[in-house]
Amino acid sequence: MAWARGLDIPFGGETVLYTGHMYQLIPSITTMATSLERFENSWITRFFAIGRVLNRAINISRFMALTHQPEKRAYNTILRNITRLLRASGVDFGYLFAEELYSGALLHDQGVDEVFTTQARRVSALLQKNGVRQVITVDPHTTNMFRSVYRTVLNEYRVEVKSYLELLAERDPDCVRQLDLDLVIHDSCIYARYEEVVDQPRELLRKAGVRIHDPELSGRLTHCCGGPIESLFPGKAQEIANKRTEQLADCGDSVTTMCPICMANIKRASIRGLKVRDISEYLVAAYCPGASRPQGYARNHSSRKNQFRERGLVS
Amino acid sequence: MMKVNPDFLEATKLADRFNASACINCGSCTALCPMGINLLPRRLFRYVLMGLERKVLENIPSIYSCLLCKMCEDNCPAEVPIVENIRVLRTYVNKKWYGLERS
Repeated sequence: MAWARGLDIPFGGETVLYTGHMYQLIPSITTMATSLERFENSWITRFFAIGRVLNRAINISRFMALTHQPEKRAYNTILRNITRLLRASGVDFGYLFAEELYSGALLHDQGVDEVFTTQARRVSALLQKNGVRQVITVDPHTTNMFRSVYRTVLNEYRVEVKSYLELLAERDPDCVRQLDLDLVIHDSCIYARYEEVVDQPRELLRKAGVRIHDPELSGRLTHCCGGPIESLFPGKAQEIANKRTEQLADCGDSVTTMCPICMANIKRASIRGLKVRDISEYLVAAYCPGASRPQGYARNHSSRKNQFRERGLVS
Repeated sequence: MMKVNPDFLEATKLADRFNASACINCGSCTALCPMGINLLPRRLFRYVLMGLERKVLENIPSIYSCLLCKMCEDNCPAEVPIVENIRVLRTYVNKKWYGLERS
């Protein structure tokens, strides 16, 4: 909740911004995945069982996921940007600060159903206790849990859920600065195929003067970033991320994502010169007065195909 | 020789959410899978429908390496709920193999 410091967001209320801890967790997840990738298929994995026993006394996992402050700050900035965007669109909301709980998305994905249902009940009780009726989510995984999955496991669950991108598109805020730049969009599988969030981010970017470049696999046909298996098969996840990053780099050198997991994976696989940024960084520059442009953004579209064409390497 | 386990069949049926009987074995899912695992999901579902528990358990890494990205399900001509089926199998393996939850 360090990200919310100094923003004067009230506690609770009927409408709350719910982060689900996803953006905040990414620096730790990335470090952990990198550590695991080093051990994958090595003889050390034979001793992981001992590690699991030791972990009960000394938290070894914590040492494996030590993160750098600048990275934490970068992810916190994304949440601050989202807050500014919602305020600029006239949305009143609160936040549950330290009371906010993880949605349980990973438990659900891995089929740990009983523990997941317990977590869903805890989250539902928390919302009920605080009189929350509307939830604004910031990432696709929490959106999917809150809007579609909780309903299948909880009897009394009546919360209206919208992602901030849907809400902004609905509010149609005035654009304060035309960005005049080219961006390649990477759609999240969860947003595109589970929650039908495809047009809203594009509408917001187009209105901000962004020329959108869709890779061949985009929208409902988007290609996964590999993120969902990074904790179990980090090497394979990296292969998929590399493949996707190649597809994106073929369309331009500035890529925007709308999911923290996608962003982390594509960044890890990143090709030299490829800029990968969360969509909120561009939106805040376009819709919030006084916000600065994302640094080092590409004004001219320069895909690798174009670069090869200029050098006469391809027709 | 393959051994059919009727209890396994019952367990997946009981899950009430495993539904692969509509699968026409067209291979769209296999062709579209970003993981490129040719086992997933059609052959795996055949093993389940036939009650071949051992064959299913031999393929635990494949079951857990599914990305749940829904590329296959979204393009399945028979509208098989592939992602939920994979999740049901994970739940089964979690209980039966890893003892993660109560059976």
